[in-house]
Amino acid sequence: MAVPVTGGESLAGPPFDYAADLERIEIELLLEGVYRHYGFDFRSYAYASIRRRLWKRVEGEGLRTISDLQARILHDAEAMERLLLDLSVNVTAMFRDPSFYREFRERVIPLLRTYPFIRIWHAGCSTGEEVFSMAILLEEEGLYDRARLYATDINDVVLQRAKQGIFPLDRMQEYTDNYIKAGGTKSFSEYYTAKYDGALFSPSLTRNVVFSQHNLVTDRSFSEFHVIFCRNVLIYFDKKLQNRVHTLFYDSLVTFGMLALGSKESLKFSQYEPCYEKLSATEKLYRKVH
Amino acid sequence: MVNATGVGYDLVVVGTSWGGLAALRTLVAGLPKTFNMAVTLVQHRHKDSDHLLRTLLQERSALEVCEVEDKMPLQHGKIYVAPPDYHTLVERGHFSLSTEAPVRYSRPSIDVTFFSAADSYGHRTVGIVLTGANGDGSEGLRRISDRGGMALIQDPATAESPLMPTSAVRAVPRARVMPIGDLVKFVSVLPAGAPERDEQ
Repeated sequence: MAVPVTGGESLAGPPFDYAADLERIEIELLLEGVYRHYGFDFRSYAYASIRRRLWKRVEGEGLRTISDLQARILHDAEAMERLLLDLSVNVTAMFRDPSFYREFRERVIPLLRTYPFIRIWHAGCSTGEEVFSMAILLEEEGLYDRARLYATDINDVVLQRAKQGIFPLDRMQEYTDNYIKAGGTKSFSEYYTAKYDGALFSPSLTRNVVFSQHNLVTDRSFSEFHVIFCRNVLIYFDKKLQNRVHTLFYDSLVTFGMLALGSKESLKFSQYEPCYEKLSATEKLYRKVH
Repeated sequence: MVNATGVGYDLVVVGTSWGGLAALRTLVAGLPKTFNMAVTLVQHRHKDSDHLLRTLLQERSALEVCEVEDKMPLQHGKIYVAPPDYHTLVERGHFSLSTEAPVRYSRPSIDVTFFSAADSYGHRTVGIVLTGANGDGSEGLRRISDRGGMALIQDPATAESPLMPTSAVRAVPRARVMPIGDLVKFVSVLPAGAPERDEQ
């Protein structure tokens, strides 16, 4: 992983502050340009992570500086597409954190049974691993036919991928292990057909899924939900933006609706902590109470 | 021992893989209650590992040991353990986590944490590479050194697995190399800097 330094090391005096500040200026200018020209607002993303991804794109384009990348992005929409992929793809797994799914079965499913119809939002669904996992879980709990899953992401390319329901065949062993640990009640291989190097998941799993493009940073709520999943998405936002998105989630949940965050995310560092109660001692499952 | 600018250090980042538990236990046991920097430990481990590492380190340490959660503030006098299956990035004043692809098959990646530490804390960073069975951490340590921070490496001859420290010595020839006991003593008396304001 060779992330180039932004020049300036040869200058007299402490090189660090000069280089880092110049880099920050370049990054802020690029993000401002992306926002004003393309409408994607990454200006409040967590800085260390976006810096890393921008440098990867600089390398991928064969360029030298963030400013070079800015010029390319603004004049070449295809380069922007590639950057958007870099900024929105996260490497996840089906039934990631099996203990989370087990806890969901035990704590959340009984509550969901009390509703005649269930609306679930997967906010920032990326390539769909979590959506398919939840569809399988709901199917096994006999709740799928009264559920509708709204799977949204900022990036239409990953949504198209999610819609296809094809996942790498070489990850099926790992997913099968996760599925078993997550309390799966069938044989995992019943859900997919092996094709070349892909595992094609049963199209019936997406019969109640609506895939659509939605931007957590700039778009509003589009319904009222009983459950919102937003696992390992907010980690890419700075604290101010996290709070804004928590407002969106709070406004989009029915009273007693549930919010599921990633296992190392917490409401503790947000202003919404008092509005929720914890449903689990071990997993980040919250219920809106006020 | 003060760095080039005369300011003390705020952040210690430590990377290790194979054999790391014993080395980390020695390290945290040697840091006094008055130690006034934030210490971040990145140990390669299985994605399903639980809080055992934190517990084992807390047993030995006079300082509070916590597992990093997203946006957790960085505070002086605390020890932070990078969680499994995420990259831990250091921002100015707090941590951010990421699920970007593993780097050299590792998540957490030592390089990712070290780069972000160097970029956020510059010459106020101390980077330490301990025992381990791969080359992770070398480039990150070089970045810390290039940005004016302090680079320390466990003497490969005394490391349970010499590969990681050997690779670091090659990447950062000007780093200080010493056995774990001396290294701990050296770190425990480094001057600490002023507390960092948490930025958004």
